Amino acid sequence: MELDREQRVGLLKTMLTIRNFELKLAELFAAGKVPGFVHLYAGQEAVAAGVCANLRRDDYITSTHRGHGHCIAKGGDLRRMMAELYGRAAGYCKGKGGSMHIADLDIGILGANGIVGGGLAIAPGAGLSARLRGTDQVVVCFFGDGASNQSTFHEGINMASIWRLPVIFVCENNLYGISTPQSRHQNIRDVSDRARAYGIPGVTVDGNDVIAVYEATREAVRRARAGEGPTLLECKTYRHRGHFEGDPMSYRTKEEMEEWRRRDPVERFWGKLREMRLLTETDYAELDRQIRAQIDEAIRYAEESPLPDPAEMMEDVYAF
Amino acid sequence: MREISYAEALNEVLREEMKRDPTIFVAGEDVGAFGGVFGVTKGLLEEFGEERVRDTPITEAAIVGCAIGAAATGMRPVIEMMFMDFMGVCVDQIVNQAAKMRYMFGGKARLPMVIRACCGAGVSAAAQHSQSLEAWFVHTPGLKVVMPSTPYDAKGLLRSAIADDNPVIFLEHKLLYGKKGSVPEGAFTIPLGSAEVKRPGQHVTLISWSRMVDVCVSAAQSLAQEGIEAEVIDLRTLTPLDKPTLFASVEKTGKVVIVHEACLTGGFGGEVAALIADEAFDCLDAPIKRVAAPDVPVPFSPVLERHYIPNELQVLRAVREIV
Repeated sequence: MELDREQRVGLLKTMLTIRNFELKLAELFAAGKVPGFVHLYAGQEAVAAGVCANLRRDDYITSTHRGHGHCIAKGGDLRRMMAELYGRAAGYCKGKGGSMHIADLDIGILGANGIVGGGLAIAPGAGLSARLRGTDQVVVCFFGDGASNQSTFHEGINMASIWRLPVIFVCENNLYGISTPQSRHQNIRDVSDRARAYGIPGVTVDGNDVIAVYEATREAVRRARAGEGPTLLECKTYRHRGHFEGDPMSYRTKEEMEEWRRRDPVERFWGKLREMRLLTETDYAELDRQIRAQIDEAIRYAEESPLPDPAEMMEDVYAF
Repeated sequence: MREISYAEALNEVLREEMKRDPTIFVAGEDVGAFGGVFGVTKGLLEEFGEERVRDTPITEAAIVGCAIGAAATGMRPVIEMMFMDFMGVCVDQIVNQAAKMRYMFGGKARLPMVIRACCGAGVSAAAQHSQSLEAWFVHTPGLKVVMPSTPYDAKGLLRSAIADDNPVIFLEHKLLYGKKGSVPEGAFTIPLGSAEVKRPGQHVTLISWSRMVDVCVSAAQSLAQEGIEAEVIDLRTLTPLDKPTLFASVEKTGKVVIVHEACLTGGFGGEVAALIADEAFDCLDAPIKRVAAPDVPVPFSPVLERHYIPNELQVLRAVREIV
């Protein structure tokens, strides 16, 4: 099934939103407006956009410390995200979570996660829940190449495979676990090779090609909804920024970074849409302007939102 | 009233609750046809089928994670950890994920899940199958910690734990599984956070939980023969803690001995002692005493293990020091 113009422009819009959001956030962080750690998603946009375009509102995702892109692609509200990043009361988590814990359970976002590999154990549970409740919801579990060495990678995928749970394990292989290159943290090149160990399909795609990601995910989602079990989908990609903002990035060469910038997923896809005459320069500029306006509005919303009341600190530990 | 064992009481409440609520499912290592290593899930597979009574691989992090994912999306899992010592391999899922999700997400998540596990020494199971690690979890806001000492409490508390919308660590002492007691049929609950005065007394308060409650009751009976009336309090749940019952007793007796099977240092007894010292200091007529296991791993050989587990004699000695 070919994607129509609207769907393609939709993918670009998602990617561009993530890109603009993250670059703006880098500025805000540098200006001291956003406390804590931020791990930016810039460079990996094709993965979140291509994967989530296959999901329904009631499908689930588990996300990571580098989770802003997943949240935006799954339909998260930019204003509440930004307010959370600012540590404000109107944020997604009332300022109790911050960048690494943004969640929106109403649209199936089961949370970013500060623990590398944390979501790999949780995603099968959401898949089991969907099955026991008799729905055809699916779960996407995002994680990085670093997390693929955690025990939860093995435990979660093994459990999902024996129970044929509707989970798509999406490895965003950005080639580094913090500063450690993949070649030094595992003895394989393709994380998807490990799928064989669980008797499930393992697929590697160009994670900077949003259409390739979209199509591979479409098949994995089809399998999951049909009760055929999990898929391990590896998307090779690259983060444009450091592991965290402020990372001096001494572990990557300039040449490598430039080479990957030439494969920028946003530029590439925009170029393709222009070639296909689906989008003009004017259309693109207008799209970009609209997105920037939305982000500015989110910043305004965050900055106008009150700070959390200290009394609120004791709330939400337990449900009553 | 009919008498059933602690294990049977747990089994009964699981069956009753699963019948009532289709969102409850049970998962864990060998909980299906095998019925759990201590028989707590016996017969559930036959009655509720494989979808709701799930044998898992030996994969503790995935078992807990699975419960978290399911609980956050509308189910009410009751999972079994077999031996609580194995929680060492999935502490992240319990402490960083389950316990904090609601708070981190600003109150949006509800995690109605129970993690059952056996604890305690007494069967020569050695250092990795005998611990009482309740203090780890009491030290983690977001979790509730329940440790019943009788079949009646086991049933009433497990029902409350299942009904609770928070992650509950439910610890069953392995020497108690065979203990018999009166248990009514059908639904009754004991609210989490209610301690029980097992025996009234005015000279000294013995505070305890799980299997050490029996040791304290027995010590109280011996003391009664000497004319010392000990009040025995079973905390039943450590989080939330029933402070009013605790303080009321201290006010009456002015003397406190805290008895737990976990090793002394960093044990929950220290917290109870600190609370009493903080909030009921004026009632105290003597130093607060603690009876606990020594700070060593649980030894294997029966003779060493007997030496390790706190006993009645130690309780009597502690009482005589202050009464």
